[in-house]
Amino acid sequence: MEISNLTKQRILDYLNEGKRFDSRNLEDFRKIEIEIGVSKNAEGSARVKFGNTEVIAGVKIATAEPYTDHEGEGTLMTTCELLPLSSPRFESGPPSIEAIEIARIVDRGVRESGFIDFGKLCIKEGEKVYSIMLDIYPLNEDGNMIDAAALACVVALKNAKMPKYDEKTGKIEFGKLTNKPIPLTDKTPLTITFHKIGKKIIVDPTREEEDTSEARVSMALFGKKEVMITAMQKGGEADLTEEELEKMLDLGVEKFKELSKLVYKAVGE
Amino acid sequence: MNEEKSMNEENKREIGIPGEIIVKGSDYLPGEGTRRNGEEILATKFGLIDISGRLVKIIPLSGIYMPRPGNVVIGRVLDANFSGWMMDINAPYSSFLPVVECPRFIKGDLTEFLAIGDMVVCKVDNVKPKGVDLTIKLRGLGKLENGMIIFINSNKVPRVIGREGSMIKMIKDETKCDVVVGQNGVIWISGSNVEDELKAKEAIIFVVEKSFVEGLTEKVKEWFDGRKK
Repeated sequence: MEISNLTKQRILDYLNEGKRFDSRNLEDFRKIEIEIGVSKNAEGSARVKFGNTEVIAGVKIATAEPYTDHEGEGTLMTTCELLPLSSPRFESGPPSIEAIEIARIVDRGVRESGFIDFGKLCIKEGEKVYSIMLDIYPLNEDGNMIDAAALACVVALKNAKMPKYDEKTGKIEFGKLTNKPIPLTDKTPLTITFHKIGKKIIVDPTREEEDTSEARVSMALFGKKEVMITAMQKGGEADLTEEELEKMLDLGVEKFKELSKLVYKAVGE
Repeated sequence: MNEEKSMNEENKREIGIPGEIIVKGSDYLPGEGTRRNGEEILATKFGLIDISGRLVKIIPLSGIYMPRPGNVVIGRVLDANFSGWMMDINAPYSSFLPVVECPRFIKGDLTEFLAIGDMVVCKVDNVKPKGVDLTIKLRGLGKLENGMIIFINSNKVPRVIGREGSMIKMIKDETKCDVVVGQNGVIWISGSNVEDELKAKEAIIFVVEKSFVEGLTEKVKEWFDGRKK
């Protein structure tokens, strides 16, 4: 059943007092757990938990023909499938708008930050390149899928190893990995989503809070010392004022540094 | 934890999964959640096997709410048309609240009485193959104002209510909240402040999680006492 008007009103009133149902601060994340290498068949994988939200991301690498406007560069493809097992809200079938949006936000964050060095993924210019496939699967959905998916993807990419490429047949040997990681740069991107409920800005909403949310801004940031924004996406119906957006930008940098530490700790950098 | 374990071992009940043969022979009668197939009695639901005398039944542990006439449920208004409201009561059938089943005369726009997204306590009047009919013509039924809504597994509702309502009475007394438990696993909590409501919510979640423990009422009492300190 969807959220009721009553619960929505309660969340709104409680947030106006500056409090949340799970006694978190407005800008606090839930407990984040990161596990790497959870899938033995994938080149790289990660499982991320944000409280009750649980997401698995997997990396597969294949060979493909490059795009004609980027002949010497590898390709990246991100997909997200919202499994019915993760929430009663999801149905099987073609990907929903929600699923497409998650995949696109994650994809844009990873692509535009320059995290993957696509130039090094070329096998033969104009003919054959490596193609990276990022797959996102939720195991349990309790709000804030975007941030969890983006974090899982980044950790999975860092965890991934290049597969063995057979020069003679021109194919990838299934199940055989080299010790080489994917050519990555140090521009680790992370996506942080802000929700506007009433006049308050919160991060990491639960399902109930996300249903109450009026507007949403996702931003992908990167950088070790100087934090930069690479991509943004707005969702929801409500409008944002200039001050609110500025507050989000400041908070985004702060939260990015907090999350980055967790990522570096998980992959041992 | 040791205490819980020993208690569970004493009256250990086996778990049946759909399709499993529970007993053989025509001495037994198939009850709720079971089906006769020739000489065998098969489970049709996932739950604890309960054999009392000749009757074999399954106490379900999971699964969706199945409406029965007379059940008091909490529903959400999905849509309003000219003759009533379409309701969501967490059941696999569509349910309908006709305007003639309202306690007062309504003229014109039905959404002025019940708007989309409103929560309503209603009684299951009739279950037909086409759908479920609801009524709010009795005392204690009607639209809910204020408070919050939580969802639990509908199979745990008897534990939340307790024997003769002991559990729900204790939760009400301890938190000073008004609580209405729908048979469909939708619970309405309303108190003077949000902290009380959240306390009641936590208590109910505690009951649902520990629903297999014997002497749960005492455990919940201890839980409340522990939180006071």
